[in-house]
Amino acid sequence: MITLDTLAAGQSGTVIHLAPTDRHGDAGVDVSRRLMELGFVPGERIRMLKRGLPGGDPLAVRVGESTFALRRFEAALISIKPE
Amino acid sequence: MGAVDQLQAATRTPLIALLGNPNCGKTALFNRLTGARQKVANYAGVTIERKEGSFTSPAGRSFRVLDLPGAYSLSAHTPDEAITRDVVAGLRAGEQAPDAVVCVVNATNLRLNLRLVLEVKRLGLPMVLALNMVDVARKRGIAIDADRLAEELGMPVVETVAVQSGGEKSLLRALDLMPYDAPVKAGPLSAIDAVPVEETQREVRRILGLTTSHANDSGNLTEHIDHVVLHPVLGPILLAALMFLVFQAVFSWAAVPMDMIQAGVDGVGQWVSAHMADGLLRSLLVEGILGGVGSVLVFIPQILILFFFILALEDCGYLPRAAFLLDRLMGGVGLSGRAFIPLLSSFACAIPGIMAARTIQNPRDRLVTIMIAPLMTCSARLPIYALIIAAFIPNREIGGIMNLQGLVLFVLYLAGIAGAMAVAWFFKRAMGANRQQPLMMELPSYHWPHLRNLALGLWERVKIFLSRVGTIILTLMVLLWFLSSFPGAPEGATHPPIYYSIAGMLGRGLAVIFAPIGFTWQICIALVPGLAAREVAVGALGTVYALSQTGDALATSLTPIIAQSWTLPTALSLLAWYVFAPQCMSTLSVVRRETNSMRYPLLMAGYMFALAYAASFLTYRIALAALGS
Repeated sequence: MITLDTLAAGQSGTVIHLAPTDRHGDAGVDVSRRLMELGFVPGERIRMLKRGLPGGDPLAVRVGESTFALRRFEAALISIKPE
Repeated sequence: MGAVDQLQAATRTPLIALLGNPNCGKTALFNRLTGARQKVANYAGVTIERKEGSFTSPAGRSFRVLDLPGAYSLSAHTPDEAITRDVVAGLRAGEQAPDAVVCVVNATNLRLNLRLVLEVKRLGLPMVLALNMVDVARKRGIAIDADRLAEELGMPVVETVAVQSGGEKSLLRALDLMPYDAPVKAGPLSAIDAVPVEETQREVRRILGLTTSHANDSGNLTEHIDHVVLHPVLGPILLAALMFLVFQAVFSWAAVPMDMIQAGVDGVGQWVSAHMADGLLRSLLVEGILGGVGSVLVFIPQILILFFFILALEDCGYLPRAAFLLDRLMGGVGLSGRAFIPLLSSFACAIPGIMAARTIQNPRDRLVTIMIAPLMTCSARLPIYALIIAAFIPNREIGGIMNLQGLVLFVLYLAGIAGAMAVAWFFKRAMGANRQQPLMMELPSYHWPHLRNLALGLWERVKIFLSRVGTIILTLMVLLWFLSSFPGAPEGATHPPIYYSIAGMLGRGLAVIFAPIGFTWQICIALVPGLAAREVAVGALGTVYALSQTGDALATSLTPIIAQSWTLPTALSLLAWYVFAPQCMSTLSVVRRETNSMRYPLLMAGYMFALAYAASFLTYRIALAALGS
């Protein structure tokens, strides 16, 4: 099991678990909960489409039928099983 | 329902709320339903756009329809979503609770979109599901059993194609069939969070398993395009080329229509001058009102061209990709990649730039972007830069490739950008946003922009610009005309009339404040009418130095005069002043409108004034010391 931020471009996997986050941040955004609402729910298939340059940030991730741009710290909350 | 009931119900105009994920084609459907019968305003107390429209159904019933901000969830993580949640639940003060909710879903992405539908359903309101973009779904081999879906969800399901004429018919029929007898009170919001997201998603999967089949996953076009667009090397090159095209278009395509508008306004002014007796009324009409209207109208071509590109790029799905590519770069000073377009636009004029900041969803990012937009060197600064540079900077080659005058101009542009970056960094710090901000931005599927939506979007922008900004600018211009004209010069006056006017007195009073940075009283007087628009200062300087020429001739003949009467430190100090100074009432009034508060324009004027004064003071003192005087 690895976290999504370490997945190489072009690789796929399945979401296993999301690390819980508290309602922190000035916007009061519960990042994990939000990620789930965007479709990063355990059991969903995901694929790393592109990694930005430099530093591999942000990431373009395909989940279900949608594509989302995530920052690495967000992706690090998502544990996946790579294929 | 009996005929009498129907008649009774028909006396009330039902309010329909359109609700859906971002990128589900909700606004296109709204445009399709209402055409140009839309009112765009802000929700009370916030800067979120409120779009309401009206239409008449085939059965002759009239409806009001509200296009709610896009939401991924009703548990509301963003201010937009909070509005959507509160309006739907009938909890927002001053907003009528909707009689029915039309959930618009993107038929190609039910996996994401249906979750919101299930959430809304928990509120127990009358609902219709609009399966939008069914044409695209069919093309991709996705078959959806609408009847089965209606059965599973317990609500009418209709197929719509918002971008096609007549694509809304089935929705209209479904809306006509609903009762609207009495307003239905929404259930408690706690019902939404009662079910964990995972469970909702399981339910979505179950429903999808029963109602949809995917013929073949023949790889989609969007991914192929993204292979190039998001490519680490090709992507930025494509972006740079596109931005060059936009910048070029805003500057060069707009030149001809801008000249035509200017010529038209001047022509009317001349006609009025020729046909009216010299007097106060003529002065007010020509210098106050026509001058004011002209200075506003002249920006319309730039705004149209710029927003044409922004709307087209947004509509086809490119804009989020540009933000993706630039996110890292802009993140260095705490801005989001989305700030790029508004800032680029601000090089033409801060007004369209600030309006373009609406595409930034995060309110904090949007605010910081608005606050630094006027530091980008707008085209109105050019006449002043050109005048002073021509008068004081020798036209000399440096190292055989660069021209000293060009170099100074370039440095002035750079100073603006550097100042903006520093201010952005400072604002982000001051707002306590040094922690990592989530991005979570959808990169929607590409599609061709739709001309009808583009035209409606452009019309909306122009309308906003003309009605609100136009009236404010007009008022200010008339006020400034008054200040510059009254009281008139006494008999035997030795100075030009403006010297004796209220503006002149103000200017002479200001000279006390501006003496430490080397400004003469003539400059100070020119600063007062220059508040309306920066380039007006050139004309005002001309008036102060009692010249009768206008336009280009003025700038040319003014050059030797100021070269004689100002010292080099004074000239450099004025250049530094114009890099930062809040010398544009129109910008401040747009900020007031876009942020819906007096606080931010005041803060903007304050910080820019402080920066300008500090920069001019340093420039003046250093130049004095360096020149040994």
